[in-house]
Amino acid sequence: MADLSINLAGIKSPNPFWIASGPPGNTGYQCERAFDSGWGGVVWKTIGEPIVNVSSRYSALNYGQTRMIGLNNIELISDRSPETNFKEIYNVKKKWPNHAVIASLMVDTRERWHEFVQRSIDSGADGIELNFGCPHGMCERGMGSAVGQQPKVAETIVGWVMEAASGKIPVIVKLTPNITDVTQAARAAKRAGGNAISLINTINSITQVNLDTFVPEPYVNGQSSHGGYCGPAVKPIALNMVQSCAEDPEVQLPISGIGGISNWRDAAEFIALGSTSVQVCTAVMHYGFRIVEDMAEGLSNYLDSKGFKSVNELRGKAIHSLNRWENLNLNFKRVAQIDYDKCIGCNLCFIACEDGAHQCIDLVSPNGQGLGPGRLPGKPIPQIRQEDCVGCNLCSLVCPVDDCIEMVTIETGRPFFSWKEYQTKLAKGEMQPIPPHP
Amino acid sequence: MPLAPKLDAASAAKNLDEVKPPYAPQEALVEANRCLFCFDAPCIMACPTGIDIPSFIKKIATDNVVGSARVILSANILGASCARVCPTEVLCEGACVMLDKEKEPIKIGRLQRYATDHVFNNNIKLFQPTKKKVGKKVAVIGAGPAGLGCAAELAQMGYDVTIFEKREKGGGLNTFGIAYYKMKPEVSLEEVALVESLGVEIRYSVEVGKDISVEELDKKFDAIFLGVGLGDTQKLGIPGEDAKGVVDALEFIEQIHTQPLHKVPVGDRVAVVGCGNTAIDASTQSKRLGASHVHVIYRRGEKEMPAYDFEYELAKSDGVEFLFNTLPLEVLKDNAGNVRGMKLAKTRVAAGKVEVIPGSEYEEVFDMIIPAVGQEKQKSWIQKVFPKLEIDKKGVIINDPQTKQTSEKKIFCGGDCANGGREVVNAVGEGKKAALGIHNFLMGEKVDSEVQPSRHGLKEGRPTGSGLRNPVRAPELEEAYFSTNGNGNGHKKA
Repeated sequence: MADLSINLAGIKSPNPFWIASGPPGNTGYQCERAFDSGWGGVVWKTIGEPIVNVSSRYSALNYGQTRMIGLNNIELISDRSPETNFKEIYNVKKKWPNHAVIASLMVDTRERWHEFVQRSIDSGADGIELNFGCPHGMCERGMGSAVGQQPKVAETIVGWVMEAASGKIPVIVKLTPNITDVTQAARAAKRAGGNAISLINTINSITQVNLDTFVPEPYVNGQSSHGGYCGPAVKPIALNMVQSCAEDPEVQLPISGIGGISNWRDAAEFIALGSTSVQVCTAVMHYGFRIVEDMAEGLSNYLDSKGFKSVNELRGKAIHSLNRWENLNLNFKRVAQIDYDKCIGCNLCFIACEDGAHQCIDLVSPNGQGLGPGRLPGKPIPQIRQEDCVGCNLCSLVCPVDDCIEMVTIETGRPFFSWKEYQTKLAKGEMQPIPPHP
Repeated sequence: MPLAPKLDAASAAKNLDEVKPPYAPQEALVEANRCLFCFDAPCIMACPTGIDIPSFIKKIATDNVVGSARVILSANILGASCARVCPTEVLCEGACVMLDKEKEPIKIGRLQRYATDHVFNNNIKLFQPTKKKVGKKVAVIGAGPAGLGCAAELAQMGYDVTIFEKREKGGGLNTFGIAYYKMKPEVSLEEVALVESLGVEIRYSVEVGKDISVEELDKKFDAIFLGVGLGDTQKLGIPGEDAKGVVDALEFIEQIHTQPLHKVPVGDRVAVVGCGNTAIDASTQSKRLGASHVHVIYRRGEKEMPAYDFEYELAKSDGVEFLFNTLPLEVLKDNAGNVRGMKLAKTRVAAGKVEVIPGSEYEEVFDMIIPAVGQEKQKSWIQKVFPKLEIDKKGVIINDPQTKQTSEKKIFCGGDCANGGREVVNAVGEGKKAALGIHNFLMGEKVDSEVQPSRHGLKEGRPTGSGLRNPVRAPELEEAYFSTNGNGNGHKKA
């Protein structure tokens, strides 16, 4: 059994699974239920000046029969008083000394930041997360993503926080994805002395328009507002941003990964791209705290199967497999190959290649080949012309059968040759341009 | 004992309620999303009316239910009843690629019902009578599935169509002869109204050869379509068949459709003779109407039974008992002339022939006998009314499988009278085929893309997708196509 425990900038937790700041981490009651279920840490719903929320607040993107592949919200930070929140943190920490409780904070002035950092320390919280991300409501008051979108402002505020926190409590800076280059904000956090970063916060979004009322959701008295987008749909964006920060030499801070993490596979991917802990919110809002049982077991089994002794050994394994496009090998070739024992004849590969890609698949009459049970005579079957296949993967992606279309590597016999080298050789006149595709 | 109703209205209605209830929207959505949206889907090829099934299912998945119904009904005007009565297990669903994945096929029939119910229940008008008239008149004899299929297709092509129906209502078998728990007659009547809304005139209670002469039809119409179906149930040919309590299967089913359920007389111990799908319908319905024992009597074994497996399973689950290898010898009567039982004998099959096992005769107590041993062909009616029309030994009208033209150039046919008795959907498909045949005959226009082994690779300039109106599956033509295009339609990149 691999060791799942982690230490992120001094915040220790029995496993890397934390509840992200949001509705599931709103109260001491929920926090204890989370720990009871097996979560390693909870980032408390952001504490600040209590706010007043609107109704309704959430809207979702459904796809096919899958509900909530994306969720957005126009909910603000905690609507409970800081006294109540800090008191509950104190009580939870007394009962659960080995689990991580992180106070998420969002206030405005230097004095307020000093005050709230001190109150967090007094409550016994294991760390602080600075909410520089919420893209709605609070940013209009000069907080949330309004801060996160301006590295200089973020740097100043992290500086204020560190004046009170440095050496006393670890500080995680939570970054907004609503920015052109997330590494700029991460570098600002580093320059100001922040101990870690967490990303991503929610993405500005409109999930759906009600086509009867012409009011986007969520509905608030005939109007709506842009909301923060999260859930499985945002995972690819989050992974990209996590990797960008993890490989940036000017950042080099521990990372808590957030964004569409719903199961152990998602968690493992975030960890492999550099995350130390992973934060989950939407999946808990969908299914409850119980999902962590499978997450922990699944990750543990995966680590064992790979021979990793601890979750730390997985961390960052995939960061450096991602390179700039100009360094990729132009001479590498993969082509699609159909396993006719598995092909069910839906011909989705054919039409995808024909209309959406490079016209390298023919439909051929069966001649006995490829006919499965229940097939009608005359049913055409797909046949790949591998000499024309550009290896785009599309057919294998649309194929509904596991391992039916495989991408196989073709030995070209040509040496490694990148775009960068190509440009260099062209400039030196060492070679002729490669002719364009016919 | 004379036959009598057994149940009160509420119990009868409950017992004969639909065995497959309609999908709720969320159920339909989940099922529709399971469909892979195959290209050149085999389910289309397996449908005798060539409905573009993946297309209509995709439209349900996007909540374009009206568009979905349009796809269905423009290919098959009886799409609502076919959704209920088609043996989908052996047609579209039997061809579903999901079976190759060892998964449940997509429930095409139930999705089809979901879409067509939507337009009928909400009174949505999908079609308008065509304004472009071709100036030709066609008479259709019989308002059953074949006649309606042919009339709808012709009307949409601009023909003036008049249907002559001897009953007071249209729909034929769909209205009078489908098990009540599969389909209510109202569904069929809605479809008849849909065909009428295309501009087709239906003249009810008019029997050709009696109320109107063939000479008159010949004078007034440019072509005639015969969709007269089959005749009465065949007689058992055994003594005592005239007893009170012997009720022809079709007559029994028709009673269920034409009077309140709780007033349909039924026996307590019922014997259904025969083992086709009609026999199963009669057996389950008599059971559901309150018979305590229902036996299906079949002279051959379980494996030779013509009924579909799923029909057989349904009957068994209703508690119907099957007496295989059993031959009725005589209907036994009491003094009042009522059925009191049957004399039966056990049989064996030797060299393909059924023979009675000597000494195996026995008696069984019944008070109702329902013969369901197949229907007569309309041989005598055809010979009387259309004496020149060629029919085969079995009484089936001889016709060109492609155009459905008969030996009389002006007369076309389809459905049971042309195929000897097949499914509703075959009748509709043949009606459509005949419509294209009539169009070809009257206008000299060869109909394109009757042969549609694949929507891809049709010759340039030919319509893709839904053919002239819609493709009609013609296996015999596909065979010819493949024999001359042995390499299929694979194409090389230029």
